[in-house]
Amino acid sequence: MKRFVWERYWSVVKKEVIQIKRDRPSLAIALVMPLMLLFLFGYAVNTDVSDIKMAVWNQSPSAASRELVEQFVHTEIFQATASVSGYRELEAMLDEGTVDVGLVIGPDYTRKKDRGEPAHIQLLINGSDPNIARTAMSNAQLIVQHQAIALQEKNLQKQGLGELQLPLELDTRVLFNPNMESIVFNIPGLIGLIMQNVTMILTAFSLVREKERGTMEQLVVTPIRPLELMLGKITPYVGVGLFSFCLVLLVGTAWFGVPVKGSIGLLVALSVLFLVTTLLLGIFISTVAKTQLQAMQMAFALILPSVLLSGFMFPRDSMPVVIQWLGGLVPLTYFLEILRGIFLKGVGAEALWKDIVGMGAFSLLILAVAIGRFRKKIE
Amino acid sequence: MNVAIECQQLTKRFGERTAVNQLTLTVPKGSIYGFLGPNGSGKSTTIRMLCGLMTPTTGSGTVLGYDVMTQSEEIKQRIGYMSQKFSLYEDLTVEENLDFYAGVYQLGAAERKQRKAELIEMAGLTGREKQLAGSLSGGWKQRLALSCALLHKPELLILDEPTAGVDPVSRRIFWDVIHELAKQGITVLVTTHYMDEAQTCDWIGFIFFGNLLAEGTPGELIERMEANNLEDVFIELVRREEARQAAEGGAR
Repeated sequence: MKRFVWERYWSVVKKEVIQIKRDRPSLAIALVMPLMLLFLFGYAVNTDVSDIKMAVWNQSPSAASRELVEQFVHTEIFQATASVSGYRELEAMLDEGTVDVGLVIGPDYTRKKDRGEPAHIQLLINGSDPNIARTAMSNAQLIVQHQAIALQEKNLQKQGLGELQLPLELDTRVLFNPNMESIVFNIPGLIGLIMQNVTMILTAFSLVREKERGTMEQLVVTPIRPLELMLGKITPYVGVGLFSFCLVLLVGTAWFGVPVKGSIGLLVALSVLFLVTTLLLGIFISTVAKTQLQAMQMAFALILPSVLLSGFMFPRDSMPVVIQWLGGLVPLTYFLEILRGIFLKGVGAEALWKDIVGMGAFSLLILAVAIGRFRKKIE
Repeated sequence: MNVAIECQQLTKRFGERTAVNQLTLTVPKGSIYGFLGPNGSGKSTTIRMLCGLMTPTTGSGTVLGYDVMTQSEEIKQRIGYMSQKFSLYEDLTVEENLDFYAGVYQLGAAERKQRKAELIEMAGLTGREKQLAGSLSGGWKQRLALSCALLHKPELLILDEPTAGVDPVSRRIFWDVIHELAKQGITVLVTTHYMDEAQTCDWIGFIFFGNLLAEGTPGELIERMEANNLEDVFIELVRREEARQAAEGGAR
């Protein structure tokens, strides 16, 4: 009596396929929503900092000071949007947020520079967004340092000492994403995040809907086993999810221009494992929730942890260990590593085995818990 | 063994409330057992315990020789059940519903085809195979539900108010089917509020506030209660029980 009967499982699959086909609006949402979300968030989720608005208070107008401002604007990190004539005005603009940094060039800048004396310039930075502040600060430091070396070189040449040899230089080479574009990093993550939340909702409703409509009562007086029912219910959705995943993958690579460096076959194969895991998580929600509304609420409650704990937004390495464990309860955590690994680094299964095993183990765990929770009873 | 259902002291409590109180009843094989009682008297709870949908709080019972406490899966394989509320898939057609349950009960291809044809014929659903179950009227829905419950040739059929809200013609057809099944040796346990239906049962049990008040053939009960018909028996039993409980409550 305890064995898995393929015939019963297959009956559930056929029934679900018919029901999915009849419910066109839900199917359309499942297929189109990920696409729309990717278009929307693909543009919104951008952590690249550029065009920081800068006010300039140039108290020593000259070719030299204008050149310095030019150096700032030239990087495209800064954008000179205002010219002010006093601290009060500059502070007001920082308060209002019309600019994020203020460049102050003192009245003695040109004179000191001409004499070859050390001159000071000041940069006021709005530090409320540390990401912007850090970018502004490090870039300003580099610009000024670069400018200083150039000046020094000129001075030395004037004295007839020839080329300036720096005693120490750093050669960097950025691998995987040489231009350090955040979109290359974010699109794979977004694909995972969107797929997780859309597919989870598909099955989160499935058992509850049968409870609400009363069809569960007829089903549980049959000899069907919970495993047959659950696997039968997720099977058609793996197909729906995979189709949707391929669409989103196409848009990510073709529209947003984020290439897949590794094997597409491996990516698709592992996405099946990921879809099964999220669909099982949906089934688990379905065994806990009593109504479709509750199921919806629970599915939504999982979205935030998925964004914050999975490593989608913030690197997991800098989280406390306990929080990292909690992140292990989100399927996206494993899939993000896989997505980024295959997309960006082009690695194979041998580099991702930990996440593959982790996700597989998590899916089995959630299936076991769901089966344990599912009772063929009405109470 | 000539007993289809046998239970002793079957009790179901939901928290403080006792839905079924020490119910003892026996349903002989091949008979139609009518289960009567006012709304909320514990009929559905009893039926659900016998089907394995609910676990009894205390007591014991066997259905077709299997223990209701521990062997509910064995019971489920051998019984047909129809709940009060239509519980098939409204977004599937008549045929798809039958196909689904045929698969769930593991009917082979040939048997499936034969049973489907037989049951569609029996239920008078010929010509409606491609119609969505949700678009059927009440009487048709009930007959479809009965067909699904009979697909796997159960030895025992448990029907919870199968004819509630169904027109007289459909009701008659339904009961003709039930009597036909009983002739084939299938045991039927059925709850109803219609006394004309109860009159045609082989056995009757009256349940009220979770207690079985009377049991016997319809003739016996009318005689014993010195009533004119089953309806009077029903009303008299309910009146006596309420008076008894009121007296008990007053004494307390």
